[in-house]
Amino acid sequence: MASGIGLKEMTPAMPEEATRVYGEPSVREFAGIVHAHRPQIFRFLLASTRDVDLAETLTQECFLKAHRSWDSFRGESSAMTWLMRIAINLEKDHWRNRRLQFWRLTRTNSVDLDEASDWLPSGERTVEQHLIAKEKVAKVWEVVAKLSGRQRTVFLLRYVEELELADIARSTGLSEGTVKAHLSRAVSKVRAEVKGK
Amino acid sequence: MTLRREIEQTSQMDEELQQTLRDFRSSVHAWSEAEFSKPHKPVMVSRTSWRVAAGWALGCVLAVGSVAGGLYERHHQQEQAKIAAAAAAQQQKLAAEQRKESEDLFAKVDSDVSREVPSAMEPLAQMMALDSTE
Repeated sequence: MASGIGLKEMTPAMPEEATRVYGEPSVREFAGIVHAHRPQIFRFLLASTRDVDLAETLTQECFLKAHRSWDSFRGESSAMTWLMRIAINLEKDHWRNRRLQFWRLTRTNSVDLDEASDWLPSGERTVEQHLIAKEKVAKVWEVVAKLSGRQRTVFLLRYVEELELADIARSTGLSEGTVKAHLSRAVSKVRAEVKGK
Repeated sequence: MTLRREIEQTSQMDEELQQTLRDFRSSVHAWSEAEFSKPHKPVMVSRTSWRVAAGWALGCVLAVGSVAGGLYERHHQQEQAKIAAAAAAQQQKLAAEQRKESEDLFAKVDSDVSREVPSAMEPLAQMMALDSTE
């Protein structure tokens, strides 16, 4: 599992007080970005793939790619939006490559939908209420698994990461109108499943 | 349902759906935090590598097996076709020989029979000869 490997270990050794020069972020600056955004990127990739190992690998790749192309980041969007865009592209590339490797399709570490819904905190609910809530969460997972790639990405960014529509549009490279359309279709499907229509 | 109507419905979500989506969010956050705080397990990486290697090996064996099977089948079919062609040629040759033998035999019989049968005018010639002697 890659979670124990910090990005700091992957970056070349640089003086602590090094300032940012062209194409080489200071270790401290980049480590700060990793520390701030790594949990969110990992969470998005975990929800997208339901595969812990894959999510960790893609998270590592995301920060490695971000480190390599740091000079192309102009600060027009937030670092989070920029990192999320890299993560989305990596995930897309992964599935595209995976389709060609047909024997890999038989091997997947994805967690079952029921198992994914087991993580619902019980809170202050009764046992019965918790079970009902868990069933509904399992239904949401079922719908999410059946959504198209774009719909799933938009849905997870909105309802798991709670990003604003404008940020989702920037992260996915879609227009806000398209994001709204994908989102409403995804929510309609979730509503139909949860309400048993 | 039109897109505008769908968007309106999304913005006016009922409490039940909102609660379900909040629960979904909480479950993803809890799962992510639990996985994120787990210690590093290098065994998983090596196991994955081993599985990948086994997958490749199995894929190669299947590919080689299919190609070899295909080639063997093709070779077998070619051999069968050659044997069938040789057998047909042999049969044709035998049939031709038998036909020739039969034709020779019929020709021989025809010539023997024709030699044994008397000439059609012979009895008349004999009678005429007897008359003249008398």
